[in-house]
Amino acid sequence: MTAYLLKRLTIAIATLVLASMVVFAVLEILPGDPARLMLGMNASADQVDLLRNQMGLNAPLPWRYLHWAGGLLSLDFGRSYTYSVPVIDLVRERLAVSLPLALIALALSTIIAIPVGLFSASRRGRAGDTVAMGAAQLGVAVPNFWFALMLIYVFAVWLRLVPAGGFPGWGAGPWPALKSLLLPAVALALPQAAILARVTRSALIEVLNEDYIRTARAKGLPYRAVLWRHALRNAMIPVLTILGLQFAFLLAGTIIIENVFYLPGLGRLVFQAITQRDLIVVESVVMLLVAAVIAVNLLVDLSYAVVDPRLRSRQ
Amino acid sequence: MSLLDIENLSLTIGDTPILRGMELSVAPGEVMGLVGESGSGKSMTALTVMQLLPHAARATGRVSFDGIDILAATEDQMCALRGDDIGMVFQEPMTALNPVKTIGEQVAEGIRWHTRASRAAAEERARKMLDRVGLPSAKFPLSRYPHELSGGQRQRVVIAIACALKPKLLIADEPTTALDVVLQAQILDLLRDLVAESRMGLLLISHDLAVVTEMADRITILRHGEVMEAGDTARTLSQQLHPYTRQLAQASMHVPARARPHGAGSGQPLLQVEGVTRDYPGRRSSLFKRAPDIRAVNDVSLSMAPGQSVALVGRSGCGKSTLARMILALDRPSSGTIRFRGETVTGKNEAELKPARRDMQVVFQDPYGSFDPRQKVEKLVAEPLHVLDKKPTRAERREMVAHALHEVGLDQRDMDKYPHEFSGGQRQRLSIARAIITRPKLVVADEPVSALDVSIRAQILDLFAELNQKLGIAYLFITHDLTVARAITDEVLVMHDGKIVERGKTNEVLDHPQSEAAKVLVTAAPDLHRAIARRMQEQG
Repeated sequence: MTAYLLKRLTIAIATLVLASMVVFAVLEILPGDPARLMLGMNASADQVDLLRNQMGLNAPLPWRYLHWAGGLLSLDFGRSYTYSVPVIDLVRERLAVSLPLALIALALSTIIAIPVGLFSASRRGRAGDTVAMGAAQLGVAVPNFWFALMLIYVFAVWLRLVPAGGFPGWGAGPWPALKSLLLPAVALALPQAAILARVTRSALIEVLNEDYIRTARAKGLPYRAVLWRHALRNAMIPVLTILGLQFAFLLAGTIIIENVFYLPGLGRLVFQAITQRDLIVVESVVMLLVAAVIAVNLLVDLSYAVVDPRLRSRQ
Repeated sequence: MSLLDIENLSLTIGDTPILRGMELSVAPGEVMGLVGESGSGKSMTALTVMQLLPHAARATGRVSFDGIDILAATEDQMCALRGDDIGMVFQEPMTALNPVKTIGEQVAEGIRWHTRASRAAAEERARKMLDRVGLPSAKFPLSRYPHELSGGQRQRVVIAIACALKPKLLIADEPTTALDVVLQAQILDLLRDLVAESRMGLLLISHDLAVVTEMADRITILRHGEVMEAGDTARTLSQQLHPYTRQLAQASMHVPARARPHGAGSGQPLLQVEGVTRDYPGRRSSLFKRAPDIRAVNDVSLSMAPGQSVALVGRSGCGKSTLARMILALDRPSSGTIRFRGETVTGKNEAELKPARRDMQVVFQDPYGSFDPRQKVEKLVAEPLHVLDKKPTRAERREMVAHALHEVGLDQRDMDKYPHEFSGGQRQRLSIARAIITRPKLVVADEPVSALDVSIRAQILDLFAELNQKLGIAYLFITHDLTVARAITDEVLVMHDGKIVERGKTNEVLDHPQSEAAKVLVTAAPDLHRAIARRMQEQG
């Protein structure tokens, strides 16, 4: 177990270092001088050079990389060119929206998908399965912004239960903030749940054909108990893999939903930073996402070992 | 009164009839053997009693267990019976246990479910049961996971699960087919003791007549879903009144007719293995430490003459398959040399091995797994032709495939079919056709008949014998089944813990084994003659 853990951790750190080099290199190669960008086209060459020195841009490449990477470690991402505030403040502000949103959406998606998958797998080929999987097919096919619009129409415009958009911040207490995150979370969760339900179903169907399921039934356990106690845990590995991928997507891949609901999230920050060539923000957010994805993958790897004892004793 | 009574049971799955007018009964404390070839409906009979049939199955007739009408019972009633009054043991111990639960959890689960006992009480009972089936707590704590146990040990766990609540009836469906003969004997002993201890009824399902004869008081012989003959084991098998019973008995003892072996002892040996050892690196116990190397094959030397048929016998895990892989140059020895037709094959690269590959081919155990299901027979059988120096034209290739198919008793029109269109026995013929198409000098056959029914197995053994006589092919048969060794080989090598511990003429070694390993194998091997004789004594 310790060996497995150490190996996974080493791989995770190595990936992170490699990714940081790639991100740094790409921004070095891209044309455009940040100092020139900040000072404007009319600045003199001397002024630009002065700023370049201040920003440390004239130092040799490896030194600059180490400086930048060291900064990342102490959460010093530099200053945004366009907003002129520390990038970390921008990111922190946006994460306060995006992280809860992603977590709520992920929880919703899991809560919907696993029971649907169990239901479908245990009624394979029958009417209930056909209906559930038809709905899942629809969930995968229909774009989430359309769901979002429908949700706004029904719950915000018609029933007036939740706001149609915007984010009041966490300062006013958790309830208003959560209320405004609810619809976007549902809109995000539905397509994810549809995918996850299909994965759960097919993983379960495979497991239900295994000999040990028959052994469990021969013990006298009712079908439902066999499904929950024996089948589900064995079917968890593909489900966990998909969950890990979905979390990464939900954290930053939500630009459209954030736009529909006017949410100041991470997705919109990146989008704006790209259009405004605010490369240091792009760079920082990308690194943050890389770190998040690697951390989640590490978590998924570890959860494999929790689920499957064979991974604990093998290398 | 009988414990289990099956009367006029008919079963269809979809539109396919599986059982027709099946009759069978088991009394308390009695062992009933249910024998038949694959597809005869043996397992479906067991699943009918358990009511674990596939959805599309429809059963009519009467199945009564302990006064309960099984076919009319609700799922709740069946759940109360399964695991409590009726236990079941399955064929494949490697997959019969849930890999993510400990053996303690899995044995205790049924106990807790049926008796509503506390976890601690159930675990205590589970512990006693595991002790009883031969898994003592010192080596096998409840916290062990299935993957930490061997096949025989796992089968003991499955038996512990089935017998934990002292069922009135135990159904064992091919409980030892996947195990080597020594483990088989141990598991059968265990089942016999458990039956005697608690006057359990045992329905023992097997394709192996010898196993059933050793175990069963009465026997039912099933073919195509119909009972051919049923009665006391001794009488049924000694008189062999029914032609099918006779056919089964003869097929199980079949010895192919072979003239004297080819060129034994003459000239240059075909294969020489000298001091071959194979080590595998030990398991890493932590980041920096490794367990010592595992020596799978330990200083083995042997020699085979052209046309000679040799059996390599031993228990599972003794290293016989590793040795075979090295002979086929699919694995490299850690030390020692292997010479084939006088040339060294060890340490050569693929290109240099090509001529040797042409002259050695292999037949595997599983006729289902060894073919790509999406390719036609022509392509599958022609596969080894790529080792020829001159690539045959399409017409030549078809000609060669047709010839090979003819030699193994298949029709040349079969070459345009796909593997799934053939039965198990025909598929094994296909793999033999594939092996002989390059006219090899040596065929290594790894348990080539152990997945086959007795009558098919007799035919395949005949085919091996015929090809040996006609083409002078030498065989190295890897098997744990001594009847196969006796039927078709001239010499036998007994392997144990990576070493060859005994060698000699097949009949001499099998009749008068000298080494401990050979003695154990011979004693454990079920033998129909011996079993019938013993039954005759017991049953008069």
